[in-house]
Amino acid sequence: MSDIPDLECRSISKSFDTFKAVRDVSFSVPQGTFFSILGPSGCGKTTLLRMIAGFQKPSGGDLLIKGKSVLDVPPNKRPVSMVFQHLALFPMMNIGANVGFGLRQRGVNKTDVTKQVERVLERVGLGGVADRPVSSLSGGQKQRVAIARCMVLEPDVLLLDEPLGALDLKLREHMKVELKQLQSEFNTTFVYITHDQSEALVMSDQIAVMNHGVFEQVGTAKELYYEPNTAFVAGFVGEANRFGATVDGKTGDAVHMVTSYGQTLLGLNAGHGLSKGDKIDVFVRPEAVRLSRKSSDVAGMENSGQGLVENVLFNGANSQLILRDQMTGAEMNVALPQTGEFRDLKRGDVISFGWASQQTRCYRAGIEK
Amino acid sequence: MEKRVNFKGIWLPLLLVLPQLVVTAVFFFYPAGQAIYQSLFIPDPFGLSMQWVGLGNFEYLLGNAYYRASFVTTAIFSILVTLVSMGVALYLAVLADRLIKGSGVYRTLLIWPYAVAPAVAGVLWLFMFNTRVGVVTWYLGQLGYDWNHVLNGEEAMGLVVVASAWGRISYNFLFFLAGLQAIPRSVIEAAAIDGAKFWTRFRTIVWPLLSPVTFFLLVVNIVYAFFETFGVIHTITSGGPQQTTTILVYKVFKDGFVGQDLGSSAAQSVILLVIVGILTIVQFKFIERRVHY
Ligand SMILES: Nc1ncnc2c1ncn2[C@@H]1O[C@H](COP(=O)(O)OP(=O)(O)OP(=O)(O)O)[C@@H](O)[C@H]1O
Ligand SMILES: [Mg+2]
Repeated sequence: MSDIPDLECRSISKSFDTFKAVRDVSFSVPQGTFFSILGPSGCGKTTLLRMIAGFQKPSGGDLLIKGKSVLDVPPNKRPVSMVFQHLALFPMMNIGANVGFGLRQRGVNKTDVTKQVERVLERVGLGGVADRPVSSLSGGQKQRVAIARCMVLEPDVLLLDEPLGALDLKLREHMKVELKQLQSEFNTTFVYITHDQSEALVMSDQIAVMNHGVFEQVGTAKELYYEPNTAFVAGFVGEANRFGATVDGKTGDAVHMVTSYGQTLLGLNAGHGLSKGDKIDVFVRPEAVRLSRKSSDVAGMENSGQGLVENVLFNGANSQLILRDQMTGAEMNVALPQTGEFRDLKRGDVISFGWASQQTRCYRAGIEK
Repeated sequence: MEKRVNFKGIWLPLLLVLPQLVVTAVFFFYPAGQAIYQSLFIPDPFGLSMQWVGLGNFEYLLGNAYYRASFVTTAIFSILVTLVSMGVALYLAVLADRLIKGSGVYRTLLIWPYAVAPAVAGVLWLFMFNTRVGVVTWYLGQLGYDWNHVLNGEEAMGLVVVASAWGRISYNFLFFLAGLQAIPRSVIEAAAIDGAKFWTRFRTIVWPLLSPVTFFLLVVNIVYAFFETFGVIHTITSGGPQQTTTILVYKVFKDGFVGQDLGSSAAQSVILLVIVGILTIVQFKFIERRVHY
């Protein structure tokens, strides 16, 4: 691995008239990294990717591939390739012609094209289909053809714009794993766009969470999940219980607060300097909450209560409980432990619950637009 | 699956298609039947009686050199009109498709010729190319070219082709533009990022994807050139000089209404009918197979 990142964006921006779709985004992607950009619809992901591909000119900033600025390089001369949101296979060509298209444009001779096409198709697990029409493939196979079409050109950076968006859930789960494997096999730098947090969490080495044209946080999946920097990241990545509260006092990083339900809690100041009286957003992950039949078990935790079971959402390993705090009436989602310990729990039961102050992340309210 | 509406009984559906049936019957089946019927007779000069001649009218026509020449004229004329109007329209559509700003104005302006009736279009072009007072004729004269479509058959052909094609460009343009815009941008971008330049993209991606539109326009334009150019030819050349611009439809009119040879004229209509039928079948059978829908 060299020190020069495959891709580097330096405070890149894009405006459409007065609307700023991408604002001052900077990041770099080392060689061989699976880099995901995660964000809700309309946050500017595609715009950013299209600038990297060269289909759109940035309004400001610089873009470097392998250390060289590519701002003045047209798309066909950039060492990048792209898998489009709807794949964009050529319907009138057979699979081999699709995959070999770029090679033919480069003037590679016919026999070499055939050989390379066959090789790359085999690598994506589709050997021997070169003569078939595109329409004869299933969704997942088309996906692989689209990737093969890019990989045959051996790009430095492969851009993928929600490539799994058109697939059904089951296939998507399967392709997630497959994509990650393909990426490590080819050892190519991937820049992957998605609005699906689980895709990003499962596949990526690095994830950037994007919102309203800016990167809120860049980090590994674990960093984003356990140490979100902003309320948006805390709410967007993974599930969380969210309350509004007011700061009552501070000791070091610990925040004393009163929730809108009148409950006093102890939390962790995860955002920026809070002071007494500030309105805050508080996030607690469902799996951070411990359940017990005995209230003494959770009495040692900073935050605790007695909850009435309102609903049991059974979903195998991802089962959840909806509790209503008997004192305050606040609603909590709690993950059910997978040990089966609480399998006889039902609606109307009362159970003790508690969670640590470390797991109670507080952010100033209202900074999230 | 498509949802189908089911009607009980036959009367409501029949009532609903009745207007179409009546129009088709009155304006198509009845005249076509009349034409076939009349083509088997020769009327006397005063139109008082008709004499049965069987296929005599057809025999005479096919043996007639003028009539056979009209076939060639029609073929040349139709091919030229179709090529010119579709070629120019495609070129303009490709330009408009690349143009994002101002394409609305451009489009609107291009639609105008379609609203001009063929006869009026003919007169417009005639004025421009009038041998004595035409603007274009004058400029050509300045350049040392002596334009005279009244005497020169090739120039006459050129003029009616241009005038006929002109009225057609906007129609074709609209279809081509819609066709171009229906091609997913990403498919073209995928080709671009893989290194295909504009012309290659056009040849390998755009043109094949445009083929349904092209095919449709081909059929429609040939039919147009065959039948609907009557007004243009009538106003500009009246089929002359020396029949160089007398296409089959014009000959039907000339022999029937000017020459009062109704039997022959009717026989010519029948032949035209057969030709169009054959052409359409051929087009659908052979060309459609190469079309990617
Ligand atoms: N050519 C354009 N002109 C004007 N506005 C645009 C243009 N392209 C994108 N936008 C706007 O920029 C914003 C970001 O669009 P973009 O396509 O990048 O979103 P995205 O994050 O890819 O969303 P999605 O997940 O829905 O694909 C949107 O509000 C969009 O309306
Ligand atoms: Mg997008």
